[in-house]
Amino acid sequence: MSEAILDIPLDSTKTAINPVEPYLRMDRMPHIWCPGCGIGTTVNCFARALESSGLNLDKVAIVSGIGCTGRVAGYANLDSFHTTHGRAIPFATGLKLSNPELQVVVYSGDGDLFAIGGNHFIHAARRNMDIKVICVNNLTYAMTGGQTGPATPTEVISATSPYGVFEPSFNLVQLAEAAGASYVARWTTYHVKQLSRSMEEVLHKKGFCFIEVLSPCPTLYQRRNKMGDGLDAMKFYKEVSKVRHGAPTSECALTRAGEIVVGKFVDRDRPDYLELLNRQMTATLGDRYATPEVTCSEG
Amino acid sequence: MHADPNGVLTGVHFLDGDHACCEGTLAAGARFAAGYPITPSTEVVERFAWRIPTVGGIFIQMEDELAASIAIQGAVWGGAKAFTVTSGPGFSLMMEHIGYAAITETPCVFVNVQRGGPSTGLPTLPAQADMMQAKWGSHGDYSIIALCPNSPQECFDLTVTGFNLAEEFRVPVMMMLDECVGHMTEKVVIPEAGQIAITPRRFTYKSPAEFRLFEPREDLVPDMVKAGDGYRFHVTGLTHDERGYPSMNVETQDRLVRRMRDKLKPFANGRAVFEAENLDDAEVVVVSYGITSRVAQRATQMARAQGVRAGKFRIISAWPFPEQHIRELAGRVKAFVFPELNLGQMVHEVERCAAGRAKVISVPHAGGSVHKPEVILQAILEAAR
Amino acid sequence: MQRGLTKLGLTEIRIAGFGGQGVILAATVIGKAAAIFEGGYATMTQSFGPEARGGSSAAQVILSGEPILYPYVTQPDILVVMSQEAYTVFAPQLKPGGILIVEQELVRIDHPPQGVRFYGVPATRLAEELGRKVVLNIVMVGFFAAVTHMLDPDSLRQAVADSVPPAMQKLNLQAFDKGFEYGAELVQRLAENGDAEPLLLETES
Repeated sequence: MSEAILDIPLDSTKTAINPVEPYLRMDRMPHIWCPGCGIGTTVNCFARALESSGLNLDKVAIVSGIGCTGRVAGYANLDSFHTTHGRAIPFATGLKLSNPELQVVVYSGDGDLFAIGGNHFIHAARRNMDIKVICVNNLTYAMTGGQTGPATPTEVISATSPYGVFEPSFNLVQLAEAAGASYVARWTTYHVKQLSRSMEEVLHKKGFCFIEVLSPCPTLYQRRNKMGDGLDAMKFYKEVSKVRHGAPTSECALTRAGEIVVGKFVDRDRPDYLELLNRQMTATLGDRYATPEVTCSEG
Repeated sequence: MHADPNGVLTGVHFLDGDHACCEGTLAAGARFAAGYPITPSTEVVERFAWRIPTVGGIFIQMEDELAASIAIQGAVWGGAKAFTVTSGPGFSLMMEHIGYAAITETPCVFVNVQRGGPSTGLPTLPAQADMMQAKWGSHGDYSIIALCPNSPQECFDLTVTGFNLAEEFRVPVMMMLDECVGHMTEKVVIPEAGQIAITPRRFTYKSPAEFRLFEPREDLVPDMVKAGDGYRFHVTGLTHDERGYPSMNVETQDRLVRRMRDKLKPFANGRAVFEAENLDDAEVVVVSYGITSRVAQRATQMARAQGVRAGKFRIISAWPFPEQHIRELAGRVKAFVFPELNLGQMVHEVERCAAGRAKVISVPHAGGSVHKPEVILQAILEAAR
Repeated sequence: MQRGLTKLGLTEIRIAGFGGQGVILAATVIGKAAAIFEGGYATMTQSFGPEARGGSSAAQVILSGEPILYPYVTQPDILVVMSQEAYTVFAPQLKPGGILIVEQELVRIDHPPQGVRFYGVPATRLAEELGRKVVLNIVMVGFFAAVTHMLDPDSLRQAVADSVPPAMQKLNLQAFDKGFEYGAELVQRLAENGDAEPLLLETES
């Protein structure tokens, strides 16, 4: 791990500026996340990815759903949209198609993206919609008090599974690959450097990209399951994570305390939705096809 | 500003209401539509899917109505004029996003070709039973505009109006068709583009530094921006301040919710769209909207022929409800007769506005067809007694 | 407009057959001729839903010199049927004194309804003579034009041309003329027999 990335200066004098400040809405600080929560770490990585991407940030938009991670959009100093529960992906789809020069990032949680929004996830992946989905997976519905989610491993105790989760969970990376994603990776909040690099990579990759980030929720998930605090989570991630780039995603399912396979699993080139659209319309309509110009003119 | 000729199919056509509505969206400047198939509304987007590649825009068939109704809002914030189309169960699924459009003041159009309900109900037959849902279906206090065409020609004309009103007031506009109007084919005249007035999006003239996303102008409507122009704005469905930032307090909530209501007041009071006939001497006023207004007009003519002084008040903009007009009429007529293809919805608005000063007679019909004119006539005759 | 529309007042027409016969197009042509090319009013509705997938197909057109308020056909003045099932279902609803037009080789009538004017045409065979069975619907429209005199045949021809792809115009106009000629000859023959308004007349087959 790079010391430099974690070494955020604590100097409170006016001259000291946190390197990620330009990427955040500082007028909205402090944020709402709990001590030890991993979402802020992912945002830090995202800010650094934005910085190193060299992209014109006026042309990067971020869309979130609802939940703890759903609040990310509100802190990002970008055109940002905090939408409804589960619907960040279809909102992002409309945004991208109406204004294709935007790089559209969906930043949301496991419950939002894979339970209430699960259908949108698989269809956006199927279409290879050119959006980048970052899922902060804390294995629970944190905003509402720690209930069982679609990614909660079995045997875990949650607010709605007081006797232990017995229903199987999704393997998110396998789901993403099967649905057609062009890029699939998984990291934990321990792997900040790798995560930043993956984020930067997807900002330059065409098509539907998916990054899962395992992230601790000390307040709810860990407390109920006697898994310690944020630092214990880092130790746990360090201990059980195994980097296996290119690992078959079918072998990457998560359990309560077992190995966490991390790495980049899928990186393939498929034509994205707009490319397919243009290709099809040009083939069938020829000169009659008018390239979409969706934005309306000013008054 | 006038319509972009690219989208305007100028000429005399023989079109059904769904297809005419689609032509209205194109004339109005919509270049993005998202939909999900559902009878009896699918023809609107089928035609859009067929037309749009040569006009220059995008249709996407989404995975469900939830997706369609939020994809259009993403498109609007990307700079598009956009709409979705649905019926019955699909309209129910869209409710949450009507609220999102209301609180984020996203100008967009929802076309609802009403069919019999509840639930799957009568997929291929008409009703007007979503009128209250259109106004109140999403949770919380908010305002929308709803327009009720009664012919394919009006499906064209009023769809253009609907898009214009959405831009002017920054509210979701509901085009409340019904299966009968949507599937009925009649002559539709589409004018030259230069004769179709278009309300352009009111983009801010302010710089990103001085711009505040939800700072209202004198008309209580804030200016628009679009993503990618450097404003770095934040849109949320949470209660928000003028910067667009979440603000969970009583004062912000009060200011926001009241403004969202008040910005439509000029429309409710002065610019309600309606048709009136024979009101000067009327003792009985037949109030109606949508397809029912045609049958009601027939009944009114029959009543006149029998010597009853019946008048017609046809509501075209159902929401905000044209209360001023009903209040004024209530002071001088004996009774209102209100046929609708539901068991009595908008009639409650007339009762509220009449406030006991005139009789209000509901002529309900559970849907699946339209009233027989004789049934309405009977109600008029009884009201006149 | 002038021709028949104002004189006839409101006229309800139902056209029915089975899926694939072009019932809707036939109704569209009649509606267009009245509303666009004769300046009158026309409202067309069609049956939707499970019953309209495959199986049977029906379309209704109301023609009038005045705006049409009530949108549905209740008791048609004119019924055009192209299938036995359509005949069975809809013949009882025909208005007394109304006009019944049948594709006579597809519809067998054992007990014709009482008190209606009846005309038969072998539209499928006439269409086949033109080489394309699919234009039987337009043959029916041509025949309809000749026996009802409601609309100017030229308006109908314009409506036909306006309703089909350019490559199909010639064929469809031939189909219209073929049906029209057959109808005109039939009317002529009936007139010669002194039976211009035939009640329940069985045509030769």
